[in-house]
Amino acid sequence: MIVPELFIGFLKVGCFSFGGAYGAIPLIRDVVLSNGWLDEEMLTYMIAVSESTPGPIMVNLATYVGSSQAGIFGSLAATLAVVLPSFVIILLVTALLTALLKSPYVQAVLRGMKPCMAGIILATGVYMIVRNGLAVRDGALLIRPLVLTLALGAIYFGSRKIKKGGISPILLICVSAAAGVVAYGL
Amino acid sequence: MNLLLDLFLTFAKIGMFTFGGGYAMIALIENICVEKKRWITHDEMMDITVIAESTPGPIAINCATYVGYKQKGFWGALLATAGMVLPSFCIIFAISKFLDRFLEITWIAHAFLGIKIAVGILILDAALKMLGKMQKKAVPRAFMLCAFAAMLAIDIFSVRISSIILMLAAGLISLLIFIVKKQSAKGGAGK
Repeated sequence: MIVPELFIGFLKVGCFSFGGAYGAIPLIRDVVLSNGWLDEEMLTYMIAVSESTPGPIMVNLATYVGSSQAGIFGSLAATLAVVLPSFVIILLVTALLTALLKSPYVQAVLRGMKPCMAGIILATGVYMIVRNGLAVRDGALLIRPLVLTLALGAIYFGSRKIKKGGISPILLICVSAAAGVVAYGL
Repeated sequence: MNLLLDLFLTFAKIGMFTFGGGYAMIALIENICVEKKRWITHDEMMDITVIAESTPGPIAINCATYVGYKQKGFWGALLATAGMVLPSFCIIFAISKFLDRFLEITWIAHAFLGIKIAVGILILDAALKMLGKMQKKAVPRAFMLCAFAAMLAIDIFSVRISSIILMLAAGLISLLIFIVKKQSAKGGAGK
């Protein structure tokens, strides 16, 4: 029965994804890879698609994974599960528990969880960049991924020196798509 | 117009036109809910941003639930949240039906090889931004570094430990530190 598994898996994601859009990615990666719902490759593609389509990334990923595993019911279950925790928590907080968040004990727990989240996201980013950029085949380092990584990194972070805020994530994805077509197609 | 319907349609519009999620959405939500519709005040918007940061889930969902609840109680919250989710749900569901076939086209597969690299960069950037906002103190840094090392080890050795375990452990340790400190402060005052 995959639909209940999807529901439980994304409920976990919804419960623990602090820190906005990218906070959820390491968790989703965890749940999706360990259940074998998608491989690393497909997941990375879907992160890019989610970033380039409207709506919260987490919701987009849940809808996609659900749909790819179990059609419309899978996508409904996964999407509902990922939204449910924050819906319930906000209802509780605004209705009765504003004081709870100010409690020193709750604050202490959050003080531990937030830097932990930052570390998890950092590790995920570093791991993905190293894995993609330093790809090895038959004992030899592949040139194209390495050059693409360096070039895109330079464009993305370098653009901030020229213009405040730099280029947007969507623009970076467009540039990287064009760069991929050129680098692998020619 | 019926307020419930208005909540649903307004958040559906926000859900349809906010790319990139997260903080990109706050500007649009503020513009519509505070300035145009006057559903919440600017101060409330600030509050909800803080609450959203300390609670899990997409910040846009948190905002929709909060605004909906303030206007029309439970049903307002439900419809605003549903409106927020619906556009992206439909779009991604449609994409999921043809993405596999789409990727069989050679030049699109090439494009995605480039995109794959961009995604790593975006995640790294998100992490760096979070680090920038973190308190520059020893304890949070230690938490961050331990989580970083543990997560990297989990990825490299493909250990089956969920990052949720890391989060729970960090929360628990932090709570214990707080309680021990409080106890020792009490003990010190008693002497």
